Amino acid sequence: MIETLDAVTLARVQFGFTIMFHIIFPALSIGLASYLLVLETLWLRSGKAVYLNLFRFWMKIFAVAFGMGVVSGIAMSYQFGTNWSVFSDRAGPVIGPLMAYEVLTAFFMEAGFLGVMLFGMGRVSKSLHVVATGIVAAGTLVSAFWILAVNSWMHTPAGFSINEVGQFVPEDWLAILFNPSFPFRLVHMVLAAYLTTALVVGAVGAFHLLREQTNAEARKMFSMAMWMVAIVAPLQVVAGDLHGLNTLEHQPVKVMAMEGHYESYPHGAPLFLFGVPNDADQRLENAIGIPGMASLILHHDLDHPVTGLDSVPDEDQPPVAPVFYSFRIMVGIGLLMVLMGLSGLVQRLRRRLFENRALLRAAVAMGPAGFVALVAGWVTTEVGRQPYTVYGLLLTGDSASPIDAPAVAASLTAFVVVYFIVFGFGIWYLLRMMRRGPVEAETRPSGRQHTGPHSSPMTQPLGDGHD
Amino acid sequence: MIDLPTVWALILAFAVFTYVVLDGFDLGIGIVFPLLGTDDNRARAMNSVAPVWDGNETWLILGGGGLFAAFPLAYAVLMPALYAPMIAMILALVFRGVAFEYRWRDPAHRTFWDRGFHLGSLAATCAQGIVLGTIVQGIEVEGRSYSGGWWDWLSPFSVMCGLALTAGYGLLGTTWLVLKSTGDLRERAYDLARIAGVATLGFIGVVSLWMPFLSPEIAARWFTFPQIVFVLPVPTLTAGLAALLAWGLIAKRDAIPFPASIGLFGLCFAGLGIGLYPYIVPRAISIQKAAAPDASLQFMLIGAVILLPMILTYTGYSYWVFRGKVDPDAGYH
Repeated sequence: MIETLDAVTLARVQFGFTIMFHIIFPALSIGLASYLLVLETLWLRSGKAVYLNLFRFWMKIFAVAFGMGVVSGIAMSYQFGTNWSVFSDRAGPVIGPLMAYEVLTAFFMEAGFLGVMLFGMGRVSKSLHVVATGIVAAGTLVSAFWILAVNSWMHTPAGFSINEVGQFVPEDWLAILFNPSFPFRLVHMVLAAYLTTALVVGAVGAFHLLREQTNAEARKMFSMAMWMVAIVAPLQVVAGDLHGLNTLEHQPVKVMAMEGHYESYPHGAPLFLFGVPNDADQRLENAIGIPGMASLILHHDLDHPVTGLDSVPDEDQPPVAPVFYSFRIMVGIGLLMVLMGLSGLVQRLRRRLFENRALLRAAVAMGPAGFVALVAGWVTTEVGRQPYTVYGLLLTGDSASPIDAPAVAASLTAFVVVYFIVFGFGIWYLLRMMRRGPVEAETRPSGRQHTGPHSSPMTQPLGDGHD
Repeated sequence: MIDLPTVWALILAFAVFTYVVLDGFDLGIGIVFPLLGTDDNRARAMNSVAPVWDGNETWLILGGGGLFAAFPLAYAVLMPALYAPMIAMILALVFRGVAFEYRWRDPAHRTFWDRGFHLGSLAATCAQGIVLGTIVQGIEVEGRSYSGGWWDWLSPFSVMCGLALTAGYGLLGTTWLVLKSTGDLRERAYDLARIAGVATLGFIGVVSLWMPFLSPEIAARWFTFPQIVFVLPVPTLTAGLAALLAWGLIAKRDAIPFPASIGLFGLCFAGLGIGLYPYIVPRAISIQKAAAPDASLQFMLIGAVILLPMILTYTGYSYWVFRGKVDPDAGYH
């Protein structure tokens, strides 16, 4: 019995570890693909070299991020079977087709046109090239659509029946796809990807502005990123709030964990800013809260009663601490993003956007913040729906493959070692490219030159060759 | 009324075969990578597949995703049975996949990533061969799950299949290089392709003779009348294609060896199909039993019928854009 439990825990750690690495790269490639489309369109419209330089710079970064996303994604597509075979057998008829559609509509499109986008600038016309970029960008969004439909269905299953062998059988595909939490999750996730990317682009721009205030590419990307943060961060707050209210309706226990509400509050619940969850004693220690605020946020009424985890049997509760902490990290970073967007607007109005060093330094510091918020948000929603894989219907403990703990421990170790080597180097390469910046990369390319003189950036094919 | 499970078995077989051919040649390049002589040759070999490799690998995701969706029971039984080789394949593919980018980003560690590219390709290929061998030899099933041990996949037959696939992918890779390269690289590719060709044909012979001994059912299918009349074209055509391949490699007709090798893979694939039908988990779970409900298969079929031709068209287009001998200066790095 203990051994089974251990194997399940290890399988969960393995899934969590591999998806945590994986989620970082698609988030960046969703954002960057759209950004590249904007840059290339602006270049074709205006003919300004600054857009082409930025396009080529971010495309190289996109290529590395995309490659890491592909290889870490293969691990995901087979892990359902290797480690969660019971879940696969039961839920396969419903979520399998959605994932097959993801492959058919998104992955092939991205992969098919990525080659043209990366290597084809000298081989196809400019307009065809921008179409390829557009298709890659659309592919990343279509992919998000399907995979979030899958994920949302696991949170708020709908449109199915259960057959005699215990499989979920699809009854209504529209209900399955547009299950109750899907629209909220999709919007929240896509905005998160855009915000994360904007912060990365902004940080790179700010980094180079701190070195050289007149750097045209750095100014352009920093300005674009600050517009993006200023617009999208507040939208994300609204989207997040709506998603939270949707969760309250469909997964109230998760919200109890997020809020740290171990007890019920018949006359208005406090909003806990900090505290230390203690699952064993079912109470929040050292709590600092604002009375009535949680009722106000969740029900728009200071005195509205709020039920707590005391209404839920212990075995149906998620572990509170990871949900409680990760939620606060996500919200805290989200508010910092709003602040950053506002500061950007203020400095822009004062015409000090590229000169205010405090803002530039803050932007550099916020560069990785989007990823932290993303992973924190993912922990909140995924740990918060425990102990289920298909919410309310299939227990996590009943979903795993019949695999012994030592086998899972071995594979987990292998994943950790390989991922740290491969993605460690990958992230280092990304940072190094970012540090070099667009202009330096263009004027001082590494390796031998094969293509002719670099007189005109407009006619030169993308390749600067390598030995 | 069409039989949806059979249709989906055919679609999946097509996806797996497409994967084997397409990723087969770029894994094959990884397998022979250290034998290509100069760094310039290696760069050109890699650039000949750089624009297409991740499209090629997408067929593997379709294979896995399609199995999950259309035959969830088979997916749930096979994946745990193949735990070690599957995990090894995934990790090996990680190494070889990132090498396409990393090799150019970090000249100081280029040797390291080149080795990763080679060993990753080699290990992924062996793992795929072992997976194939394990499935063919059969696995233990109880109820709706795998009931064997964690080392069941390791057997003389599965290891043999691993070696056979290595030779086969090596042949695809080197004949692809013959098709796409010039000068010194082309000469080396010819030399290596001849070795890989001999090895592949040898392995085809050994596996074909071995398979009937794995189960009387397979033997019956190959050696009893009247079935033998229907299966006889497979070995006959194999012999014909082997002769074509040999001629192409000896007379140095660049365009012949690669299609001939694909043809050989196709016939081997057909031979496997003949041995395994109607099972998806050999001699334990049939295609019909493993199939998802019709509602799932129907929904996916609409997409597959519309999208697969489109995918084949634009995949073809992207190969067309990069057609011809690879330009020694290609790349965007």
